Amino acid sequence: MSYIELKDITKSYHAGNNILEEIDLTIEKGEFFVLVGPSGSGKSTLLRMIAGLEEVTGGILKMDEKIVNHLQPKDRNLSMVFQNYALYPHLSVEQNILFGLKAKKISKTEQQKRLKETAEMMGLSDLLGRKPRQLSGGQRQRVALARSVVSEAPLCLMDEPLSNLDAKLRAQMRVEIRRLQKQLGLTLIYVTHDQVEAMTMGDRIMVLNDGKIQQVGKPITLYNEPANLFVASFIGSPKMNIGRAEIKEAPGLLVNNTLAFSADARLQEALEVHKDIVVGIRPEHIQPATHYEATHSLEVVNVEQLGNETSLALDVGGELWTAKWPGQWEIETGHLLEVYISQEHLSFFDAQTEKLIRPASFSGHGEVQAI
Amino acid sequence: MRIPIGRKVITYLLLILAAFLIFTPTLMAVVMSFMTNQDIMTGSLPSAFSLDNYRRAFEQFPLLHYLINSFLISIIIMIGQLVLASLAAYAFVFLEFKGRDFLFYLFIATMMVPFEASIIPNFHTIRDLGWIDQYTGLTVPFFAMAFGTFLLRQNFKQIPKELREASQIAGMGDVKFYLTVVLPVAKTSLITLGVYGFLTSWNMYLWPLLATTNDNVRTVQIGLRQLQSQEQMNDWGVIMAGAVIVIIPTLILLFLGQKKLQRGLTEGALK
Repeated sequence: MSYIELKDITKSYHAGNNILEEIDLTIEKGEFFVLVGPSGSGKSTLLRMIAGLEEVTGGILKMDEKIVNHLQPKDRNLSMVFQNYALYPHLSVEQNILFGLKAKKISKTEQQKRLKETAEMMGLSDLLGRKPRQLSGGQRQRVALARSVVSEAPLCLMDEPLSNLDAKLRAQMRVEIRRLQKQLGLTLIYVTHDQVEAMTMGDRIMVLNDGKIQQVGKPITLYNEPANLFVASFIGSPKMNIGRAEIKEAPGLLVNNTLAFSADARLQEALEVHKDIVVGIRPEHIQPATHYEATHSLEVVNVEQLGNETSLALDVGGELWTAKWPGQWEIETGHLLEVYISQEHLSFFDAQTEKLIRPASFSGHGEVQAI
Repeated sequence: MRIPIGRKVITYLLLILAAFLIFTPTLMAVVMSFMTNQDIMTGSLPSAFSLDNYRRAFEQFPLLHYLINSFLISIIIMIGQLVLASLAAYAFVFLEFKGRDFLFYLFIATMMVPFEASIIPNFHTIRDLGWIDQYTGLTVPFFAMAFGTFLLRQNFKQIPKELREASQIAGMGDVKFYLTVVLPVAKTSLITLGVYGFLTSWNMYLWPLLATTNDNVRTVQIGLRQLQSQEQMNDWGVIMAGAVIVIIPTLILLFLGQKKLQRGLTEGALK
């Protein structure tokens, strides 16, 4: 059942200058939906339009089959968590949590019941008497979440809620938010600029750039079959290596004037219609030539030892490519390194339209392991 | 930082000297208010301590009545200013309407018109309204305050707009948000503005002089002036006693206000 429906939504502050364009989207009940994009892509604006804090310039916004374009935020039955938490500095934690319930005139006994439950769930029971300034960043974050939970609204909107926390706490809160959402069966729309958050938390992700939808889909789909170059380089860390490709007669394919690949007839045919071609390859697909025979040798520019894996910067025809090898490798910079790159790991994009021509054929089978 | 003892001594000596110079007139007023008339006239040092001047200040003139008038008028002006300035500032910060910024700059521009320039039109207005010799005539012209609106607007702007948005989602209207969130959060500025408004009104001289013709509504500042010209020979002891009584509220407010302000400033600290 579709719960939220956006039809051809546009937003502009000045006529002719659209911040959001042609946003078509449906979000299911109970879904964890992530809006991700670089800053200025319009993701927060879209979220605020769903909340009713920004006016919808054009298009239809539906919730529960009803058009809500002009409905007040309070009548949309939702809760929201802000990036800066928006806690009232002069109120105690308890008053902050109950703020919305008081405004909605919910009975005192019900308020206390919900407060107790929520405080226990969020581990805030001992902090109820404190003021926000006496709390740590993570605790403030929890209060903001508790305020959202206590409202019992079926839809929760979050606008970069973790960006003010340090890395360790962020990883912990990611899990907590995810668990909370599943536990309460919330429909959650989550805005972030961090693709790791998007990948790890979302049931589905929408990538937004310059006010346009780039791609909507499951995290793994976006990773394996990015619809265009933007998604390809935005999703995944380190980012996908991109190189310009030329079609040559004898070997088949030459990337960045350095890497040669053989191309079979079917691939040749598929690529013929496109003038300029860009290929992309994930860092983990530039592999050590241990199990396989080396296909290419590249100069090592830099080596980063992360303990569990080794990140290599390689020079490919003047551009730096990244390779990620599991485990620890002793490699010296400046040397030529034998690597194995399979043609089936290459994704092909049209350089002009930036659209995907052919995803890496390896992906889809053998990559994802279902248990 | 450690300061050498010699420099410390010099610094403190200079500070004491400067403080003494600045405080001398006040000190003289206080001392004179306790001196007998004879001592004042001969210019000698006080030979006897007497509360006579204070007794006479209250007996000879309706000083208590003047004080009550001043107090009432200052309180009314202060409250009026706080209410109007905070409401106007709220509109300038949280409500969105066409020409908001233009209107605000127009508002600010009125700060450039000195009060003395608008005193005649103001006088005409209250005379035509029949407000001469009335509390309304003494207070209402001061309610609208560009400076206060400006001060509070700057302060309200520091309130993150997410607080407003969160309350919107919770279903809270503008009035309730103004009362339950904006005013408590901006408490410090409100107190500052209140103290400022009260003291300014308390020390007002020109307007009460123009807008009043009888002792019933006169403020204490006018009363002081009356003390001075009542007789051929000024009774300086009584005048000084009156002046000392008049500055007491100012001092009290400053001391209380300072404490409150300091607490308010630290309380507002939120990352």
